[in-house]
Amino acid sequence: MKPAPFRYVRAETTDEAVDALTREGDDAKVLAGGQSLVPALNMRLVRPGVLVDVNRVGELSGVARENGSLAVGATVRQADARLLAHPLLAEALPHVGHVVTRNRGTVCGSVAHADPAAELPLCLVLLGGTVRARGRGGTREISASDFFVSHFTTALEPGELVVETTWPLAQDDTGTGFCEVAQRRGDYALCMAGALARGEELRVAVGSVVDRPTLLDVDPERPGESAAAQVEPWGTVHASAAYLRHLVRVVVDRAVAQARTRAST
Amino acid sequence: MAEDALELVDVEYEPLEPVVDLLAAAEGDACVSDRSFAYGDVDAALAAADVVVRHRVRFHRWSCTPVECYGVVAQWNEAEESLTAWANFQGPFTLHSVAAAALGLPGARLRLVTPPDSGGSFGIKSAVFAYVVLMGLASRKLGVPVRWIEDRLEHLAGSSAATGRSTQVEAGFTTDGELVALRYDAVEDVGAYVRAPEPATLYRMHGSLSGGYRVRNVAARNRVVLTNTVPSGLNRGFGGPQLYLALERTMDVAAGRLELDPAELRRRNLVRADDFPYETPSGALYDSGDYEGCLDDALAHAGWDARRAEATAARAGGRLVGVGMACVVEPSISNMGYITLAEPSAERGLPKSGNAEGCTITVSPLGGITVTLTTTPQGQGHRTVAAQIVADRLGVEPQDVTVLSESDTSTSPWTVSSGNYSSRFSGVGAGAVAVAAERLAERMAAIREHLGDPDASLRRVAGTAHWNPESLPPGMDAGLAVTAYYAAPNLLPPDGDRVASSAAHGFVVDVAVVEVDRDTGRVSVLDYVTVHDAGRLLNPLLAEGQVRGGLAHGAAAALFERLVWDDDGNLLTASFMDYSCPTAPDLPTPRIGHRESPSPFLPLGAKGLGEGPTMSAPAAIANAVADALGRDDVDPPFTPGRVWELLER
Repeated sequence: MKPAPFRYVRAETTDEAVDALTREGDDAKVLAGGQSLVPALNMRLVRPGVLVDVNRVGELSGVARENGSLAVGATVRQADARLLAHPLLAEALPHVGHVVTRNRGTVCGSVAHADPAAELPLCLVLLGGTVRARGRGGTREISASDFFVSHFTTALEPGELVVETTWPLAQDDTGTGFCEVAQRRGDYALCMAGALARGEELRVAVGSVVDRPTLLDVDPERPGESAAAQVEPWGTVHASAAYLRHLVRVVVDRAVAQARTRAST
Repeated sequence: MAEDALELVDVEYEPLEPVVDLLAAAEGDACVSDRSFAYGDVDAALAAADVVVRHRVRFHRWSCTPVECYGVVAQWNEAEESLTAWANFQGPFTLHSVAAAALGLPGARLRLVTPPDSGGSFGIKSAVFAYVVLMGLASRKLGVPVRWIEDRLEHLAGSSAATGRSTQVEAGFTTDGELVALRYDAVEDVGAYVRAPEPATLYRMHGSLSGGYRVRNVAARNRVVLTNTVPSGLNRGFGGPQLYLALERTMDVAAGRLELDPAELRRRNLVRADDFPYETPSGALYDSGDYEGCLDDALAHAGWDARRAEATAARAGGRLVGVGMACVVEPSISNMGYITLAEPSAERGLPKSGNAEGCTITVSPLGGITVTLTTTPQGQGHRTVAAQIVADRLGVEPQDVTVLSESDTSTSPWTVSSGNYSSRFSGVGAGAVAVAAERLAERMAAIREHLGDPDASLRRVAGTAHWNPESLPPGMDAGLAVTAYYAAPNLLPPDGDRVASSAAHGFVVDVAVVEVDRDTGRVSVLDYVTVHDAGRLLNPLLAEGQVRGGLAHGAAAALFERLVWDDDGNLLTASFMDYSCPTAPDLPTPRIGHRESPSPFLPLGAKGLGEGPTMSAPAAIANAVADALGRDDVDPPFTPGRVWELLER
């Protein structure tokens, strides 16, 4: 478990990072917290020619409220207490890996990694958040639902760096819920769902059993059942496809119940 | 780097038809040993029984997951034609001899050095010896020292794992619950080949086939099969989890058939306190115990009747709550002769009963006390206990005693059984320390007497022995050092098909209360009580650590861990992402009770207790899950996905 040889570039500013990524193109990977990237490197599942380390870029470490959202910079760790200002993040973050991985892992890194079984991408999609990406041509905003394309695949262009993600803060009459089933604490979820309820409005997103975090149009009377009818899970060593479909129903119903309770209190 | 070099190697394989499932292997030509044993008259007893219960269980394969994997440094010395190897091995054990023979070296030319603490193991580091041989050969060929550090992927895929076992049990009972006959038909999956010391997993428990019960008619058929999977080897519990899942699940199934409380059925059959020492049908000598007392304690701690009533009420309300128990005899200090049972009596060669351990205590000219062990500790606290024992005997403080636990086959006091396995430290490891300390104390007393100064200080006594041997009692050696070897007095080579497979036998009663989430299949352990009788406790804190560690491993096998291969023999649980080793918050917190029935055979009265709940927890949790679900066809591990499939069936 040693990585294949690679070069290493440490960026001090966002411009330096973007320049390096532009120069190296497809051959470059961004190193932020490294909690997914480094194991993948060690197992030689990925073999970038160069790593662009953004950990020293001070201007990417902010968490700010802006226009009803929480804007989270690229190097903000998952353990950062400022994130707890967002109720859904506060709910989901304890499920993200373990304390030690959250101390290093970043919010934006998890989003950019686009693992369909990761909690943070699911939350971003549910909230209708955005990803701010900077390339040589400038900064653009990508909506979460456009950002995630498939397993570990995003709408980022070569040379683009995720500089920030924005997480809309729900209004007082809105409730959110999150539920997942995993084998162990800190595991990737076998199945997970998030829900957002406001009056008659209901939004549901599922993860793990889909190729990217996915918003489903559910029947408000039978949310779990109608969600389960819309997904085609593939079985794993731990869970048959039938079990996973059943879990969709369970986690969606639980997340919806939580969201509705919170919306009404 | 080796991994870059590896990428340049291209191997073409010609695929052969793989055999991955143990029952498929038993049907084909992959069965390498098939032995049947009979004690008493099982056929007649089954025919006469009022009720015959038949039950099949399957124990999956699982691993040990130490934090650090294997490591070996090997240095071939061309001039002396000798090999020195440093490894986090837990021997020397018989495997030093196996490794030396594999290298074609006389034993003295294989110098094996292990560190003071070989790190975590749970048994798996016994298999490092194969890599000692490989690295030794590499060093000899290359003419340079060779280092090899195993990584996690290699460890999970290729180091070692527990055996898998399918067991069909037939048990005959009278209507009032007396167990009169017990028959096992076991198929044991040892993986790709029979690696030393296998098929020991099958035979380690042979003397305890009847568990804690008085049944005299016992039979077993043992088949050993090969599959295209990782070879098996030592794994904490070693044969106990597999045996007791079969026996203790069968007891619960029988309790259901007989309409008896499972605790009451066990009580009616347990070996009684006045039966000790008790010889089992298959040859074990159970040294001491109060099995019914342990059962009483466990039932009281757990609130057995109340818990069962609550579970019944909860189930009536739609929840899936269950209560289960297991009563297991925990053998410790293995008799190396038991493995010869794998061969028919006539083919066994010279008799074997090895189990001894050695210890050296030296006193320096200034009175400093140094103890040398060859028990290769892995965190169990051998040094702490050795210091306690020597301090007690010599009248000094434990912190005045230096204990060295690095072992070196060229300098340490060892025998063919030396090492860290079968919970042998508190019996023969600490036993050798006690014997050495006793002899040293006697010598020091003789010197004091000879000096005419009964209060002479340790320093004065040591100084006399070193500086002025002439003043010692006549015939006494100069210097002040003792090496002692200690072997349990109650272990003999097998007698036909009967074997005293272990020197000491503790007893464990566990009670588990679980709830199954009907929606997700997740099993939560609501309460876990474990009561132990391991004879005298040498250090209560260390004993508690052993109980907790043993339970962690047993609960892991019951609820989380399983090695899975696909039909082509590809490992599907090849990293910690899919091999679900639990972490601390995933595990039940036990409530622990102790009794102390000292072993009459061992010098300190202490028995091993490192493996108890590893043996009992899979059975206790399986019984609780079966109770919760109201069905008998349950086999671990009870992962959410597997339990949900049961709920749907």
